[in-house]
Amino acid sequence: MSCSGPVSELPSLSAALDALRRNEVSSEELVSELLRTIECWNPTLNAYVYVNSEEALACAREADARRRAGDPAPWVGVPIGIKDNICVRGQPCTCGSKILKSYRSPYDATVSRRLREAGAVFVGRLNLDEFAMGSSTETSAWGPARNPWDVDRVAGGSSGGSAAAVAAGMAVAALGSDTGGSIRQPAAFCGCVGLKPSYGRVSRYGLVAYASSLDQIGPLTRTVRDAALLLSVLAGRDPMDSTSLDVPVPDYIAAVDQAPDDLRGRCIGLPREYFAEGIEPDVAQAVKAAVADMARLGADVVEVSLPHTHYAVAAYYLIATAEASANLARFDGVRYGLRVPSEDVLEQYERTRAEGFGQEVKRRIILGTYALSAGYYDAYYLRAQKVRTLIRRDFERAFQQCDLLLTPVAPTTAFRIGERISDPLTMYLGDIFTVPANLAGICAISIPAGLDSRGLPVGLQLMAPALEEARLLQVAHVVEQTRPRLPRPPLASRASGGSPA
Amino acid sequence: MNEHTTCSEDLAAEVRRVAKLARIYVSEDDVAQWTRDLGRILEYVRQLNELDVDSVEPTAHAIPVANVMRDDEPRPGLPHTEALSNAPAARDGLFIVPKIIE
Amino acid sequence: MKFAVSIGLEIHVQLRTRTKIFCGCPTTFGAPPNTQVCPVCLGLPGALPVLNREAVRLTVMAGLALGCRINLRSKFDRKNYFYPDMPKNYQISQYDLPLCVGGGLEIETPAGRRFIRLRRIHLEEDVGKNLHFAQSSGVDFNRAGVPLMEIVTEPDLTSADEAHTFLLALKEVLLHGGISDCNLEEGNLRCDVNISVRPEGADELGVKTELKNLNSFRAVHRALDYEIRRQIDLLSCGRTVVQETRRWNDELGITESMRTKEEAHDYRYFPEPDLVPVELTEEQLTEWRAQLPELPAARRARLVREYGLPEYDAKVLTADPDVADFFEAAARRSQQPKIVSNWIMTEVLRVLGERGSSIRDLPLTPDALAELIEMVQRGVINMPAAKSVLAELMEHGGRPAEIIERRGLVQISDRGALEPVVEEVLRDHPGPAADYRNGKAAALQFLIGQVMKRTRGKANPKLVAEVLRARLESQSPSS
Ligand SMILES: [Mg+2]
Ligand SMILES: [Zn+2]
Repeated sequence: MSCSGPVSELPSLSAALDALRRNEVSSEELVSELLRTIECWNPTLNAYVYVNSEEALACAREADARRRAGDPAPWVGVPIGIKDNICVRGQPCTCGSKILKSYRSPYDATVSRRLREAGAVFVGRLNLDEFAMGSSTETSAWGPARNPWDVDRVAGGSSGGSAAAVAAGMAVAALGSDTGGSIRQPAAFCGCVGLKPSYGRVSRYGLVAYASSLDQIGPLTRTVRDAALLLSVLAGRDPMDSTSLDVPVPDYIAAVDQAPDDLRGRCIGLPREYFAEGIEPDVAQAVKAAVADMARLGADVVEVSLPHTHYAVAAYYLIATAEASANLARFDGVRYGLRVPSEDVLEQYERTRAEGFGQEVKRRIILGTYALSAGYYDAYYLRAQKVRTLIRRDFERAFQQCDLLLTPVAPTTAFRIGERISDPLTMYLGDIFTVPANLAGICAISIPAGLDSRGLPVGLQLMAPALEEARLLQVAHVVEQTRPRLPRPPLASRASGGSPA
Repeated sequence: MNEHTTCSEDLAAEVRRVAKLARIYVSEDDVAQWTRDLGRILEYVRQLNELDVDSVEPTAHAIPVANVMRDDEPRPGLPHTEALSNAPAARDGLFIVPKIIE
Repeated sequence: MKFAVSIGLEIHVQLRTRTKIFCGCPTTFGAPPNTQVCPVCLGLPGALPVLNREAVRLTVMAGLALGCRINLRSKFDRKNYFYPDMPKNYQISQYDLPLCVGGGLEIETPAGRRFIRLRRIHLEEDVGKNLHFAQSSGVDFNRAGVPLMEIVTEPDLTSADEAHTFLLALKEVLLHGGISDCNLEEGNLRCDVNISVRPEGADELGVKTELKNLNSFRAVHRALDYEIRRQIDLLSCGRTVVQETRRWNDELGITESMRTKEEAHDYRYFPEPDLVPVELTEEQLTEWRAQLPELPAARRARLVREYGLPEYDAKVLTADPDVADFFEAAARRSQQPKIVSNWIMTEVLRVLGERGSSIRDLPLTPDALAELIEMVQRGVINMPAAKSVLAELMEHGGRPAEIIERRGLVQISDRGALEPVVEEVLRDHPGPAADYRNGKAAALQFLIGQVMKRTRGKANPKLVAEVLRARLESQSPSS
């Protein structure tokens, strides 16, 4: 394989599953090919922070043997990339932080266990913003993941490594986590599909918590069908997570495979507020083009209002940082992780945490601690929780008028590395279209809408009521077919003469 | 909301207090930086004051469920060596820390 | 000047569950360090808590037993503070919606009965244990996550004696309710106290201090005695009490000011997002109320009523519900409740006290005790023999009949077998025999003793007396 120029065509997750099942390719071949691609492009993209080549190949060979012995499990031998904040037994789980540099998880997250039991092979750990706190993967202690469409730009975040790997063919599919858009925004920036399931749909056990009431694990894939495939393994009640819901899991694959050719009878809502807040013209254009196509397919398109959208970012940053301030208290150098040795326990805590956490994490811990501290709780944290109620009600009302909502994923396409990192508030404001779904606990998906004039992917967000992933995936699949097929990403810098789209 | 926090001197003191609570050592440069950041962010989040939320119930959970419990049945835990495998310092099966004065 | 004392207690009680509050690790005491831990109770990244149903039930049972109002909707909160024995550096506890509120417990004081009000009972997780070495400390997380209920009283107690009486009464209720083993050595029941004094008649409570490190009820009593005197001394000299936490030094018998915390407590409580609320229904509470075992006061009354026991016996027996159970089982079997009670209160409780063990650990069964008593009643064995059989039963268990048989303790109640021995004794001790005949009745006891001695204690003493008397009175002093 050449290490320059655009990457070759890669199998989607669906294609890989089919090829393995039909014995057209062995798991060993698939994983070897993947490892070669990773070796080739990871130095440029920094999508993986750890690749377990030997172990992955051994697992692949074992999977091939199982398949030859007649194991009918559909996933046997399928390589999956895991975001580095989801535990896999025996593997590192750094969360992009120095404080967990040498940490290895002694247990599997429930999603890892489910994938393992289905036969999946874990190829490596994907880069992320430190503890998933960021929208660009720039806060990773291991350096930013780069955007395959322009390596001078961010891959988005916090699941930037997952999105970049899937887009660049370094992963057939990957897991990410989404607290305020961390799956959907990088998927949009990198031109792949990212699904944030409804809160409670997928177990959080083994996901290193950022903000427990908002976090959700979900797939980053090349197609909507792939997202349905992966979700069908991830979803369902887990006795280890009190907030995972004990409700039936529909057949997501059937929902996609049996999708109609049109959108007749579907009512799509366009929330007025999502098209008002300073979005780039190219982004607005791409979304409008999709709306036109959906109308052509018979969808009933209506304008709706989510009047409290404007307050979502403020409410989100108070709630998320407050929860984070407690969630990250356990990183203290006593039981695991970095320790800056000291004579005194208090001093050891302070030095360890000052040294182990990066600036953004500390900034959020400070903000969250402040919002909960005596005298401020009611004014900040409690008020934010009440605004969360208003935002939830906005969606309840909107979904009385329509089946799904269609919005941009982010106001802009991928920005330049370094462009916003010193300006936290601007960075936070970029999450305006994604955080409401987390606050409301509903499901949402990001799919590629097209490219902007610079040749960067634009994302399109569809949102559905809680637990309506089947509806969401089905419509997303139909819309996906109407979108122009993206070319393969150049894996180069556009400024330095990479091939323009 | 607490308007006095807009005063940067007060806010710097708050940053120090909060950093102490959060067990994060802060240099004077950190204090200056975070005071600026926190000031801007707090100014931004104060827009929530525009809303009348007096009669609104807070949302702590995104899901309306209750009573998720487990039976009182033992489950295997971590093997002893794995429990201590990530310890920065361990001896005699204990996690070792600097001497605690109680 | 006279002073009024106000004492409030915060009692942490370990609930009787098999597993921890949020994970499946066992709660067994005394395992090697860090062998009863898992990702959840070690606070590993990514681990999540799931509430133990039984911990909720037991806390509600305690609330029902203590007359609390049960919150039909209750929730958990995070209490944030850093300490090496706290795996997550926050404790999952209950803040504004505890499971139980109000309620109280009546205690008997020399001045009469007093009702001590409770403020609340909430459920929370225990922390690990710090061990201290010369240069460092070590942490064992086996105890981290053990379910605790925290019982908080109003400051209604007015003396060290009252506090002590309250703790004993509370322990009885918790034992009877099957809520906790209340094993103080294993730290099942730990107590912090708040105490203030004020001039008698003053409306407002005085400045309070909080006492820590009270490892036994005796320590609570001693520490309170000391602290009350200390505070009164201060106020009497016109000085003031400083609001602070003080540590009880058991060796020196004094309370000492603890190093003041570097900052004021700011626990930043907020709702635990990893746990959903607990919702109870009236039906559920009715069901649980019906399951509530008989409480000490009711049981005492019933023992008096049903078995005709004196108040005193009922009180002694119900101090430990296992002892009361034992009594009732044996009393039902033997139909001799007062005699059963006597045996338990004297012989059995003495042995339990000596060994510091529970009646459940004794090999003695209620049936065996009843059988033994019955054999004494029927005259099969005499008292001294019965006591020695009981000692063996408490040591090794077994059936009284077998032990008596094996050790040949059946008492000689056969007149024909006793008469030759009586003859022998009279021949060897003519003096006392003459004394008796001359009206010195006490001489008979000596002669009985001699017969017992020659039968190695097996003779039926009543029969011996009868035979002796008959022999001495029917015959003239010949030869
Ligand atoms: Mg407590
Ligand atoms: Zn455990």
